[in-house]
Amino acid sequence: MPLSVRTTETLAEAAALLATERAARFLAGGTLLMRAVNEGDVSFSLLVRTRDPNFVRMRTAGGRIELGAGVTMARILAARELAFLHAPARAIGGPAVRSMATVGGNLFAEHPYGDFAAALLALDARVQLATGFGPREIPLEEFLRGRDRHPRALVSAVVFERPSDPAAFRFHKMTRTRPKGAAVLSIAAHLPLSGGRITGARVAYGAMGKTPIRARAVERALEGRPLSPEGIAPAVAVAAEGTDPPTDSLASAWYRRRVIGVVLRRLLLGEG
Amino acid sequence: MVTAVSFTLNGTAVAAVAEPAETLLSVLRHRLGDTSPKAGCLQGTCGACTVLLDGEPVLSCLLLADAAEGRRVETVRGLADGPTLHPLQEAFMDRFAAQCGFCTPGMIMAAKALLDRNPNPTREEVIEAISGNVCRCTGYLPIIEAILEAARRLAARR
Ligand SMILES: Cc1cc2nc3c(=O)[nH]c(=O)nc-3n(C[C@H](O)[C@H](O)[C@H](O)COP(=O)(O)OP(=O)(O)OC[C@H]3O[C@@H](n4cnc5c(N)ncnc54)[C@H](O)[C@@H]3O)c2cc1C
Ligand code: FES
Ligand code: FES
Repeated sequence: MPLSVRTTETLAEAAALLATERAARFLAGGTLLMRAVNEGDVSFSLLVRTRDPNFVRMRTAGGRIELGAGVTMARILAARELAFLHAPARAIGGPAVRSMATVGGNLFAEHPYGDFAAALLALDARVQLATGFGPREIPLEEFLRGRDRHPRALVSAVVFERPSDPAAFRFHKMTRTRPKGAAVLSIAAHLPLSGGRITGARVAYGAMGKTPIRARAVERALEGRPLSPEGIAPAVAVAAEGTDPPTDSLASAWYRRRVIGVVLRRLLLGEG
Repeated sequence: MVTAVSFTLNGTAVAAVAEPAETLLSVLRHRLGDTSPKAGCLQGTCGACTVLLDGEPVLSCLLLADAAEGRRVETVRGLADGPTLHPLQEAFMDRFAAQCGFCTPGMIMAAKALLDRNPNPTREEVIEAISGNVCRCTGYLPIIEAILEAARRLAARR
């Protein structure tokens, strides 16, 4: 059956279509979905898009940042006030992928993808969902956990607090090829210091589970500690706790669990 | 069912009918006869289909044609001015940056996106700019050298 395309004026209309049409898929940048189209995937027959201006809106003034789900990696890289997000945005594909790939699409990208989602996890982002019954907001972590159970949810935006100190936000992606490639793993960390001690650490991993995950054991072990080799040692010791990395052509699960502590230590000590 | 799409292709207004979910690559190649963007992997991984959309590099194999509606599309076919090659094309020739040539249209458009924005790039910036483009025969060194050489030639003209 030939594919058809529907373009809605509002997010709500798109959400309603996705909820009622079983064979519909939402199309954002298309860097993953159009691959399936080109492969002749017949599990869907309708592509739904939206022209809703809210979908591509960026609000970056002030402490609360809102990124419409349709914002591309290239737009983030062009926004100087989002400099702390440039490392994870640049981690997605090459320049042409980045002019298309969206923030929202990255939340659905399957292993080993989702590097930007890992960064958003470390920022404790919340996901805004458009539903036929109006908007709803849930923590990104909860969203990712239930992602595969709610394939028809439409993400309209992500919101998070700007890190008070941009230097407190760090990101590193480990790849087999340079300068770009899919992740062996990626790590994002938000490490605010107060009186030389970490308070409210948030650490997230990409490619260390089915979806990007928070590294809770690491976060607990970092709390109240200085960012010194001794201070971070307990966190490095539990780096692999709670992870369940897949084995793929880039790395085995064993290797990912082995190397995560090394990469974490370098990131924490700024040796990345 | 078909839809109509119109945009500017290398400075000329064009229009085509297309299937609703047809890609820009397919419309360029099959409906408009511009076979300069290549169909390599159709998976976003090779970059041979790279064209510029309002100056930004995009993968035309993953873009619905109607995303170009009313916009400016540039392909490598539009670069030469009659018999006069664009400095990027010249430098690719002089530096032996093409063997089979299959990756060349995408490489050159990715490089053009860089040089239009950043006329004096570092080697690292050139490498980053073509990081989504795969070459399976020439090797990347002559390509990087050619792009740096084109930047110098463009600078000398200014
Ligand atoms: C060559 C190449 C390299 C890549 N490298 C990387 C990489 O290094 N790291 C990485 O993380 N990713 C990478 N990707 C994958 C992809 O480009 C990104 O994950 C991108 O962010 C996906 O966004 P999209 O807008 O293109 O998604 P689409 O292809 O439009 O959609 C992907 C899926 O998400 C769903 N979806 C999209 N947006 C929404 C929404 N707002 N609400 C509900 N559902 C939605 C779609 O229905 C679809 O199922 C790469 C892709 C390619 C082709
Ligand atoms: S054909 Fe488009 S990236 Fe390979
Ligand atoms: S010249 Fe043959 S692939 Fe690059």
